[in-house]
Amino acid sequence: MSADIPAADANEPVIEMTGVTVGCLQEPGVTVLEDVNWRVVAGEYWLVAGMHGSGKSDFMAMAGGLTPPLAGSYRLFGQAMPIYEQALLKERLRLGLVFDGGHLFHHLSVAENLALPLQYHRDASRPAAAESVAAMLEWTGLTTWADTNSGTLGRDWQKRVGLARALMLEPEVLLLDNPLSGLDLRHALWWLDFMDQLSAGGGLLKGRRMTLVATGEDLRPWQSRAGSFALLKEGRLLTLGKRSVLAGHSEPLVRELLAAGFGGD
Amino acid sequence: MDSGNVPDAPRLRLRLRAPLPGSFSNYAGHRLVLFLATAQGVGAFALITLGVILTKLRAAPEVTFPAIRRELARSGLRMLPLFLFMSAAAGLVVIGQAVLWLTRVGANTLLLGPIMVYVVVREVGPLLTALLVLSRSGTANVIELGTARALGEIEALEALGIDPVHYLVMPRVIGMALGVMCLTVYFIIVTLTFGYLCAFLNNVPLQPSDYFGRLAASLTGLDFVILAVKSAGFGALIAVITCYHGLAQRLQLDEVSRATVRAVGQCIVACVLLDAVFIFIYLAI
Repeated sequence: MSADIPAADANEPVIEMTGVTVGCLQEPGVTVLEDVNWRVVAGEYWLVAGMHGSGKSDFMAMAGGLTPPLAGSYRLFGQAMPIYEQALLKERLRLGLVFDGGHLFHHLSVAENLALPLQYHRDASRPAAAESVAAMLEWTGLTTWADTNSGTLGRDWQKRVGLARALMLEPEVLLLDNPLSGLDLRHALWWLDFMDQLSAGGGLLKGRRMTLVATGEDLRPWQSRAGSFALLKEGRLLTLGKRSVLAGHSEPLVRELLAAGFGGD
Repeated sequence: MDSGNVPDAPRLRLRLRAPLPGSFSNYAGHRLVLFLATAQGVGAFALITLGVILTKLRAAPEVTFPAIRRELARSGLRMLPLFLFMSAAAGLVVIGQAVLWLTRVGANTLLLGPIMVYVVVREVGPLLTALLVLSRSGTANVIELGTARALGEIEALEALGIDPVHYLVMPRVIGMALGVMCLTVYFIIVTLTFGYLCAFLNNVPLQPSDYFGRLAASLTGLDFVILAVKSAGFGALIAVITCYHGLAQRLQLDEVSRATVRAVGQCIVACVLLDAVFIFIYLAI
């Protein structure tokens, strides 16, 4: 993190949405969610659940600054989003976004994918970036794949490289779009444990707790991990509250997303 | 299947799918509107790219300078063998035809020098070079950028705060402009050299000093200036149009091939139009 930007205070809202209308990433102008009122405080760990097609990716894209809100106000660290001005780029980079599927740069190797943000924003030479890249590869268990062309990796590993790349600029807020989708059990557990580490400020974060917002189609893996929950349903964002209220929540979709799988038990 | 109830169904489907509008005027109007919309889009994209080049040329040198070098290698250095072949062939053809026809009409073969300057230096060299670079590197631009767009890599760049025009387009425009300029000079030198070789093999009574002396005498300072501007312009134009088609629109993977075809056609038209502008400049001067 840049030295001239102070870290967010514990109770400072890092994300604040008021009456926001979210548009579709693929078809700008098409409304996906309306009247989103949402506040994320520094250090929180949110899970935004929703069925397939409920607008999770569009919501993450807007929260990540890829699309502007069609209506309403969205402020990130007090700055109106999306931030396009070069002068405010440092504020913008306090937020990281991990895509569902990784969205890696396929012409680059895994290590080059990780080095790119450092080389671009901090003018780090290749040898200078190599040390940070090696540390991140080790932390995320990707050292074996360092020189592999990113396009040849399996989906599980591509997603993990996408996470590592987003962490290279040491963001304070990390948005993760459907991180567990399509993962086998071992990878899914790794992600959940790793996100616990990020939330607690472990590993390379050296005690600096990261604010996390993840989306998912199933509440069960997150039930004992995330601290706050929200739900995307019928074009609206419903704030459910803290973990403790989840089990007894009256919302039918919450009960559905907490219910057992195909076995019915 | 019983088609008794809908005997004309296949024909109806064909009609519904037919891309041509009902009348020629509709078709021509449709194409004109499309052309104007594309010209506007390419123009806006070119201005954005120019703005980025002017304001961010020295930004992120660890990323952009190697990208420019890579593009220069792709649109220049690696095309040298192909250009050796093509320029040799052009020299043999132009001089072969010139010797043949000058001999038939009883003209002085010393005219070979000026002919080579007018044909090769001013017209064939820059235009053929541009078309060859388009066929190899220009198409690659659309495919690479279109695929990156379809796979979400552009959104990933934006999420990392990396300007896609700065990272992807600027190196291509600069590299391709320089590459086409260098290749044009190379093409002209090799063509002129092989032209003399052809004349020599045809027993044209022309000493190397006469031939190259006439060439030098036919060239003016303006030729060098216009050659540099024109060839760099071709390179920049090809890069901007191909990057526009790959990057500026949201593409699905199956649309990349259509975008490539569109880009190639528009590049050819744009290069010929730019060439026509320079012909007018020559005529005016």
